[in-house]
Amino acid sequence: MLAVNPILPELLLAVGAMVLLMIGAFSRDGAYGLIRTLSLVLFGLAAFVLLAFVDSPADAFGGMFRVDAFAVFVKVLILVAAGFALMVADDYLAYRGLRRFEYPVLILLATVGMMLMVSAHTLLALYVGLELQSLALYVLAAFNRDRLRSSEAGLKYFVLGALASGMLLYGISLIYGFSGTLDFAILAERLKNPATVHPGLLTGLVFLFAGLVFKISAVPFHMWTPDVYEGAPTPVTALFAGAPKAAAMALILRVLMEAFPGMVEEWRQLVIIVAIATMAVGSFAALVQTNIKRLMAYSSIANMGFALAGVAAATPEGVRGVLIYMVIYVLMTVGSFALILAMRREDGWSEEIEDLAGLATTRPAMAAAMAIFMFSLAGIPLLAGFFAKLYVFLAVVHAGLVWLAVVGFIFSVVAAVYYLRIVKVMYLDPPKVEFSPIAGSGIPFVAGVTAALNSPLHLLFIWPLVLVAGIAANALF
Amino acid sequence: MEIGINHYLGLGAILFALGVFGVFLNRKNVIIILMSVELMLLAVNINFVAFSAALHDLMGQVFTMFVLTVAAAEAAIGLAILVVYFRNRGSIEVEDINQMRG
Repeated sequence: MLAVNPILPELLLAVGAMVLLMIGAFSRDGAYGLIRTLSLVLFGLAAFVLLAFVDSPADAFGGMFRVDAFAVFVKVLILVAAGFALMVADDYLAYRGLRRFEYPVLILLATVGMMLMVSAHTLLALYVGLELQSLALYVLAAFNRDRLRSSEAGLKYFVLGALASGMLLYGISLIYGFSGTLDFAILAERLKNPATVHPGLLTGLVFLFAGLVFKISAVPFHMWTPDVYEGAPTPVTALFAGAPKAAAMALILRVLMEAFPGMVEEWRQLVIIVAIATMAVGSFAALVQTNIKRLMAYSSIANMGFALAGVAAATPEGVRGVLIYMVIYVLMTVGSFALILAMRREDGWSEEIEDLAGLATTRPAMAAAMAIFMFSLAGIPLLAGFFAKLYVFLAVVHAGLVWLAVVGFIFSVVAAVYYLRIVKVMYLDPPKVEFSPIAGSGIPFVAGVTAALNSPLHLLFIWPLVLVAGIAANALF
Repeated sequence: MEIGINHYLGLGAILFALGVFGVFLNRKNVIIILMSVELMLLAVNINFVAFSAALHDLMGQVFTMFVLTVAAAEAAIGLAILVVYFRNRGSIEVEDINQMRG
C-alpha cells in the first residue's frame, strides 16, 4: 500500500486546487473572494499538516519523494511566501478588473510544484515538479491578458523557460546514460570515486545546472528577469520574487549536496563563477534603473548571487547560511513588493522611483517600512539583512574561500548605493505625487509583519531561525 | 555497419543543437521558436530511449513518456500565451517583441 502520510500537504493543496477550480467554474460570478479566502486557508492547513502530522524523514513513491527536515523547512517558507503574495494582490486585481478565480488556483498549483521540487529525490520527480511550477507561472505572468506588457512578459518567460527546461532535460538524459540511474542516493554512491566518472556525466551536470540556474535568474540566464518583473502584473511579480526563488535554490542545494557530493571540486568552480557574475551584474545594472520593479529584479539577481556564494562553500554551514539567507530575502522582497503595490496614484500604479519623493512627509509609516526594507536589503547592521549576509559569508570564509567573501562584500557595498538612493529620495526630496489610499487589509498586514521581522525585532527570532536552519541543513549531509 | 549507441547520441546532439540554434538565430516568428523547443525535447527523448536500451533499464523510457506529456502541456500553454500576445500586438514577429528592453 502506498503510504500517503509524506505527501499529505501536497495532496491537500492539489485536491483543494481542483475543488476550487470546480467551484469557480460552476459559480456564476466566479466567486473570487471565496476562492481566495479558501486558498489562504489551504495554505495554512497545509503548513499545519506538514508540521503536525507528517513524519520526517520519510520516503514516498519508491524513494522518488523525500520528506526531511530540509524539505519541511523550505516548504513552510514557500507556503508563507505564496500566502503573502496572494494576500497583497486584492487591491491591484480589483482595480485592474482581474478578480478572476483562476488567480488563486494557479498560485495553488504553482505551490504544489514548488513543494514537489523541494522534496524531489530523483531526477524524474525534479523535472515534473519544476514543470508543474513553471507552467503555472507562465500563465500567471500573462495573467493580465488585455495588456500588451503582461502578455509580452508571459511570452518571454515562456520561451526562455522552455529553452531552460530543454537544457535541464538534456543534462538529465546524459546523467542518466552515464550513471545508469536517476536516484540521487544511488548517483552519490556511484560517483564516490571521481576518477571513474565519465566526462559525459560532467557535461550532463553542467546542462542540469544551467537549467536550474535559470530558475533563480543567475547570470548568464538572468535576461528574462527584468522584463518579466516589469511586464507581469505587480502581485505576480511579488510571487515570482519570493517562493519560486526559494524553491529553486533549495533544489540546487539538494541536487548538488545529495546527488553530486563526489564531484564537489568540479561543480564548485562553476558555482563560484556564476555567483561572482551574478553579484556583479545584479549590483551594477541596478544602479541605472529608474523603474522600481526593474530595480527589484536586479536586486533579486544580486541576492541570488550572494546566496550562491554560500552554495559554493559546500558545507553544512554553507547550506545553513543559504537557508537563512532565503528566509530573510523572502521577507524583505515580499514586503518591498507589498509597498510597491501601495504606490497607486489617481490614474493607476506608479513604478518610477522618483514618484517616491517626499514619501516621508506624505506617508510616514509607508516610508519607514520601505526604509527598513531598503536598509535590510543593503545589509546594514541591526537589520535582518545583515545577518543573512553574515551567515553566508562566514560559511564561505570557513570553507577556505576568503577571497570570495571579500568579492561578495565589495559587491554588497555597490548594491547598497541604490538601496540608499531610494531612502534618500523618500526622506530628502520634496513631495511630488500623492498616492491614493488602498483597499483591503492585505497590504498593510504583510508590509507590517515583514517590516517588523526585518527591524531590530528580528533579534528575537534570529537565534531560533539559525538553530532550525542548522537542523535542516544537516539533513542533506 | 552496426548502428550503436554512439550514433543515437550523435543524432540526439545534432538535433538538440539545431533546436538551440533555432531559438536564437531565428529572426522571423515565434512559432518557429516553439518548434525549435519541441525539437530540443525530442532530441532528449532519443537520448533517453537509446540509453534505456543500452542500459537495459526501463526508467529512461518512463522518463520519455513524462517528457512527451509535459511537452504537450507546454505547447498548449505556449500557444495560448502566443494567441493572447497576438491579440494585443497584432504580430508575432520576434523583432516586434520589444516593449521592454532588458
